[in-house]
Amino acid sequence: MRRSLLFIPGNNPSMLRNADIFLADGIILDLEDAVSVSEKDAARDLVKSFLLSIKNYSSEIIIRINGFDTPFYLNDLEAVVSDKIDTIMLPKATIESTKALINELSKIEKKKNLKKKIAIIPIIELAISLIQVDEIAALDRVNGILLGAEDLTSDLEVKRTKEGTEIFYARSRVVVSCKAYQIDAIDTPFTDVNNDAGLLRDASFSKSLGMNAKSAIHPNQINIINEVYSPSEDEINWAKKVLLATEEAKKKNLGVFSLDGKMVDKPIISRAEKIIKKAIKFKLIEE
Amino acid sequence: MNKLEQLQKLNKFVNSKDYLNHKPLKLDIVLKKDKTIFYQSISQVFDDLKIQDGMTISFHHHLRNGDYVLNLVLEEIKRRNLKDIHLAPSAIFSIHEPLVELIKNGNIINISTSYMQGPVSDVIQDGYLKGLLLMHTHGGRARAIEQGDLNIDVAFLASPQVDKTGNGHGANGKSACGTLGYAISDLEYAKKVVLATDEIVEELKDYDFDNKFVDAVLEVDRIGNPSGIVSGTTKITRDPIGLLIAKNTATLLDEIGLIKPGFNMQTGAGGTSLAVAKFVKEIMILKNIEGHTAFGGITSFYVDMVKEGLFKNIYDVQCFDLESVKSYANNKNKTHFLMSASEYGNPYHKEVHVNSLDFVILGATEIDLNFNVNATTDSFGKIIGGSGGHSDTAHGAKVSVITANLLRSRIPIIKKEVTTITTPGEDIDILVTERGIAINPKRKDLIKQLKNSKLNILTIEELYNLAHQIAGVPNDLKIRDNKIIGGVIYRDGTLIDYLYQTIK
Repeated sequence: MRRSLLFIPGNNPSMLRNADIFLADGIILDLEDAVSVSEKDAARDLVKSFLLSIKNYSSEIIIRINGFDTPFYLNDLEAVVSDKIDTIMLPKATIESTKALINELSKIEKKKNLKKKIAIIPIIELAISLIQVDEIAALDRVNGILLGAEDLTSDLEVKRTKEGTEIFYARSRVVVSCKAYQIDAIDTPFTDVNNDAGLLRDASFSKSLGMNAKSAIHPNQINIINEVYSPSEDEINWAKKVLLATEEAKKKNLGVFSLDGKMVDKPIISRAEKIIKKAIKFKLIEE
Repeated sequence: MNKLEQLQKLNKFVNSKDYLNHKPLKLDIVLKKDKTIFYQSISQVFDDLKIQDGMTISFHHHLRNGDYVLNLVLEEIKRRNLKDIHLAPSAIFSIHEPLVELIKNGNIINISTSYMQGPVSDVIQDGYLKGLLLMHTHGGRARAIEQGDLNIDVAFLASPQVDKTGNGHGANGKSACGTLGYAISDLEYAKKVVLATDEIVEELKDYDFDNKFVDAVLEVDRIGNPSGIVSGTTKITRDPIGLLIAKNTATLLDEIGLIKPGFNMQTGAGGTSLAVAKFVKEIMILKNIEGHTAFGGITSFYVDMVKEGLFKNIYDVQCFDLESVKSYANNKNKTHFLMSASEYGNPYHKEVHVNSLDFVILGATEIDLNFNVNATTDSFGKIIGGSGGHSDTAHGAKVSVITANLLRSRIPIIKKEVTTITTPGEDIDILVTERGIAINPKRKDLIKQLKNSKLNILTIEELYNLAHQIAGVPNDLKIRDNKIIGGVIYRDGTLIDYLYQTIK
């Protein structure tokens, strides 16, 4: 369950050191696009050292490795997979590459005798990935999918716009697949880092389509993203009311009941439960 | 007498309230004896005013890094090879590099100022100044002038406009720099006053330099380049750490109830300080709160807040950008007021403005476990600034807040002891960093108020340890060889710390 994931270039020591202070739910230590080919080794070493240096980290740690088709892929995995990380983010994911990653992770976890099972966030950023997204979302270890709109629009040969009309279908498609398998639908970053109003609009729209979270390429975006994807005070109050009424109804053996003149049934109760779960997870209310 | 002996003659700092135990001594102001004389030649001014070896010459810094007047006077000192001059500008910037040669040649042997950066600080740091460097606070400099500690023979004061009777003004003119607050004590107390101007007008109805103090007017081509007054830090930071610190600071101020109807604030220029002002403004709008006065060096941000009705007025000792210069010209004595350095921060001034501050946001290069703050040198002992109004506002404000990154590169800003004490810890209430907030244990009231805060409030020792956990414990560096170059003078005139030559 996530709202915000912050990309941090893997080759920038001071940004790595400060990655946790912006209250992103997860930080993505990037070995891929943020790092030039000549810096790949240095970034990998730096991220490895950084992982060794941290303890009791408050955010989820995600590593964006280089793609399956690059010469860096296996070295990246070998260097970073450890108990310190939670998730691997796989660029240009397809069914084949995601399955290959699952196998590779199993091997490394066994070899390194890890206590935890590393999760996967595939990035849907190719047309072929988008038509495979239902299958990718169903795979083991996959607990969220990131839509990568910059590469996707390039593959689709369309212009990327602020309004985002060109990714409407892709967003919806990713949302439906993720919801079907109850994993996080994570929206593409908003790249105009100085445009707070634009970010607010873009994030709000993606939330209205069903996205649960959004990735960020600048720490200044985290506050807005967290706010947009958190349940609002009204939503939390509504959910509390529904759950209290549900308790009462249970006592009376009622499956369906009415609250403030509106019918409450299983889907409504389930929505209220999700809101409360999120509110607890994001520390908006106490357990 | 060597430098140490000279400094030892000064009274040692006792505490920040000790001035209350002393009588507010004040000299008489010095009126001119003759009619104001107009000059085109600086050499003639030197001749007529009999400027000679060993004199004290002062300046203001309202043109900041665009100032030409100090350099003009230096050129004449060099031409005449005057020796043993005591220079007393209210601040020194990079543009004043010609001073380096005059220090090395022994033309200038003593310097009193409130802020210093650039090549001049380097050469003093290297031990070339034969006499002493005394670093005052802004209010303390005014006090020193008014009480005779800093006895000025001639003040050369840049004045963007001067009228034919010798009245001067900073609000208009091709080199307009706004208010002239730092120059008022010089104007009133120097034995001789020269206004340097590049614009003579027929008559000024409204002026800040009254000709009753003005002995001479020197007409020059240009007194400065006003684009140099923009301090470069007048934009709100986009640095995410600065913004995070600023946001938490504003939240903290709100939680302790300081953002309330009629409140007074000062934040200074600096990107993070301005960001605090931005977040305070958001809270004011959200809660429909109107403040009373914004104090300080002023930027367009505060000018806009007055326009938007969020503050009633501005008390401005110096303008930090051209928008505030324009505002002073248009709104003088309506919503935009000049305050002199003495009115601003002189501890002995009646109703000194710093005492009406509800809060002030200040910076620091270092802070120690006793909350002492260094704003004068960096951790290598190099002079990179000075108090300015730091100690004055920290003492006067009900709550003083230091905003600083816990780690700069890999250097923790919290030390066991600061390299140089600028402002005593007894006057510092809160430190806000990106990884937590520390409250001075003396402020039990604030600690109590913040008991249920969601902000991450730690002790300063916890923050100190946290910085070391992240960056490691810094090695003790031998940064100086105990050769004294001067002293930090607290606002009441006492010596609060020594300044040393650094090891290269």
